[in-house]
Amino acid sequence: MSGRTHLGMPAFPEAATSATRDARLRRNLRHATGTIRAKRAEAVAELPDWAELRAAGAAIKDRTLRHLDHYLEQLEEAVTAAGGTVHWAADAAEANRIVTELVRATGETEVVKVKSMATQEIGLNAALEKAGIRAYETDLAELIVQLGDDLPSHILVPAIHRNREEIRDVFRGRMSRWGRPAPEGLTDDPAELAEAARLHLREKFLRAKVGVSGANFMVAETGTLVVVESEGNGRMCLTLPETLISVVGIEKVVPTWRDLEVFLQLLPRSSTAERMNPYTSMWTGTTDSETADGPRDFHLVLLDNGRTDALADTVGRQALRCIRCSACLNVCPVYERAGGHAYGSAYPGPIGAILTPQLRGTTTELDASLPYASSLCGACYEVCPVAIDIPQVLVYLRERVAEGGEVTVRGQRTTIRPARGHAAERAAMRAARWALDHPGALRAGQRLAARTRRLHPRRLPGPGRAWTASRDLPAVPAESFRDWWRRTRDDRAEGDRR
Amino acid sequence: MRVALFVTCVTDTLYPGTGRATVALLERLGVEVDFPAEQSCCGQPQFNTGYRREAEPLVRRHAEAFRGYDHVVTPSGSCAAMVRENHPRIAARSEDAALERAVAEVAPRTYELSEFLVDVLGVTDVGAHYPHTVTYHPTCHGLRTLGLGDRPRRLLERVRGLELVELPGAAECCGFGGTFAVKNAAVSAAMGADKARDIEGTGAEAVCAVDNSCLMHIGGILARRGSTVRPVHLAEILAATDSTHNADGPGHDGRRTR
Repeated sequence: MSGRTHLGMPAFPEAATSATRDARLRRNLRHATGTIRAKRAEAVAELPDWAELRAAGAAIKDRTLRHLDHYLEQLEEAVTAAGGTVHWAADAAEANRIVTELVRATGETEVVKVKSMATQEIGLNAALEKAGIRAYETDLAELIVQLGDDLPSHILVPAIHRNREEIRDVFRGRMSRWGRPAPEGLTDDPAELAEAARLHLREKFLRAKVGVSGANFMVAETGTLVVVESEGNGRMCLTLPETLISVVGIEKVVPTWRDLEVFLQLLPRSSTAERMNPYTSMWTGTTDSETADGPRDFHLVLLDNGRTDALADTVGRQALRCIRCSACLNVCPVYERAGGHAYGSAYPGPIGAILTPQLRGTTTELDASLPYASSLCGACYEVCPVAIDIPQVLVYLRERVAEGGEVTVRGQRTTIRPARGHAAERAAMRAARWALDHPGALRAGQRLAARTRRLHPRRLPGPGRAWTASRDLPAVPAESFRDWWRRTRDDRAEGDRR
Repeated sequence: MRVALFVTCVTDTLYPGTGRATVALLERLGVEVDFPAEQSCCGQPQFNTGYRREAEPLVRRHAEAFRGYDHVVTPSGSCAAMVRENHPRIAARSEDAALERAVAEVAPRTYELSEFLVDVLGVTDVGAHYPHTVTYHPTCHGLRTLGLGDRPRRLLERVRGLELVELPGAAECCGFGGTFAVKNAAVSAAMGADKARDIEGTGAEAVCAVDNSCLMHIGGILARRGSTVRPVHLAEILAATDSTHNADGPGHDGRRTR
């Protein structure tokens, strides 16, 4: 059973430290991200107007976010006119309650799921399980994660941390508990593994009366939802069941089909390095014919869960432009070594480091550590197809953690205090600032360090230990640049020295 | 042309040889260099760790110290990026119009050394002689925030005697990241170890960069591994000539590791 959650996970540095010691994990990640990184760069380089597309994507998202209330109302109207029902969920608990009640109303105890970040975010599967409803993941990687009683570690490739041998073992050992068992003598050949998953899943597609999905986009003008995918399992879930429930973050709306066109170019090249994703499924409301594909009952659950609070923040709101392509994860040297689980959220990597503390706040030790989970190298910003300046937002959120400040919580402006555990650091930063703002004191310090240079220890105590554990310290020179300049170049030096 | 040297706190305190090399190089190219003594730190450690309010007085000091110069030159990609990119942001949030004006005057005139040589002076051959095998690590802020492009390489390619060898995965961060190296020590060390391995694999005698802070981290890891590869700042290579070059090895007297 997939009972694991992100609750109570340790702070990022701790989780990342154990991940860096896991040689197999590092090998799996290095191989996978390295491959996809190179392919993406090629796919993007094919388009001469990528920079313009990127700017257009950012502009459309910004404009939509500025008038989000308007487009959501337009969307609701269009979905309703097309026979669907719109539900508004303020938080995870409300969304889970709505979905649970909708499933119960059908009398079913099973649902098939299209891979969805929103339902991962709210922990829908665990909530359904509590209500006696089994949710079956049908995306291959999500299936691997679910069978393995594991958590996703990547936005696009949730099982990126697993290699073929591990997947074979999961299939052999666990498939039978969830339905059709793995074929006898299953090897780690990719085609065999895919076939095992196909046979296992087909039974579920044909039996399911209720499908649960997210959506990559929602087009306000027609009330159309869009899912892009590579495997075709999504289309099965969207077309076969009688009832379809889609849980979608409110930021996923785009005004028109013309706007959608931009993202259908940006997303596949950025995420899977494909010119176009293999399956683009679109559905508008319900279908009333017995023979047509598509649900006869359609519910759209619009999820807030911290999004309007993030929207109120003029710097941080750009995180809501995210189209979940995961390009930032694949280029991030920190993600590559720490792995996705260290981020303690459905959203790992650089985008998770700025999105999670905005959606959940910075009160827990884990959430307060996320804005620091970056060397600020800027590779994430460079590849982001909607130009989210992730390093800028990281530094901005660090300020919130270190110094507190004004935030919006449930629509109310609130002043928050600095996160716990930053007092010593704050004192050190103040002392350093004072010395640096008094060049006389700085020079005295440099001279003292120079005079005592033979006495400096090779390994430092306290926070400096982290430095000397794996690196040698530079030797302090006999004379600072400042003193050299005064001694050799500055005519006024003699007068000053008195 | 009045040019001021912004030496940076790291170079001032730990790598004065880079500062001396920058002065020697610029003077050799006919630039009159001034060193405003009131300068200090650009506030990057404070700002990047989340202490904007601690950074603000340093931004003010910086703008005052460098007021009135035609150009400000610094041997650091990340400090140049801090001044150009973040000083205006900090000034804008200070609600102090005078600070905003002072920063708007200084920030756009601030150049990382290779930018100043190529874009302002228009030179790529600075008359240097450095007979060693060198690999070049483009530091993140130089590469991505400033967009230095191939400027440092173009300068290195014109150095007599220098053999430039490719560094695999050059654009990947070395893992320093300021306080990141302490706050996320394990990840930082893992990134640094991979970078050190890539550098050693090139067979170069020296690894060159435009930032002493990154070189401090890379050099500290190389030294701990017992590697013979020496970190060397771009300014020190460009300042070297037939007469000044130290025949003992590629290092500089300002760069020793314990």
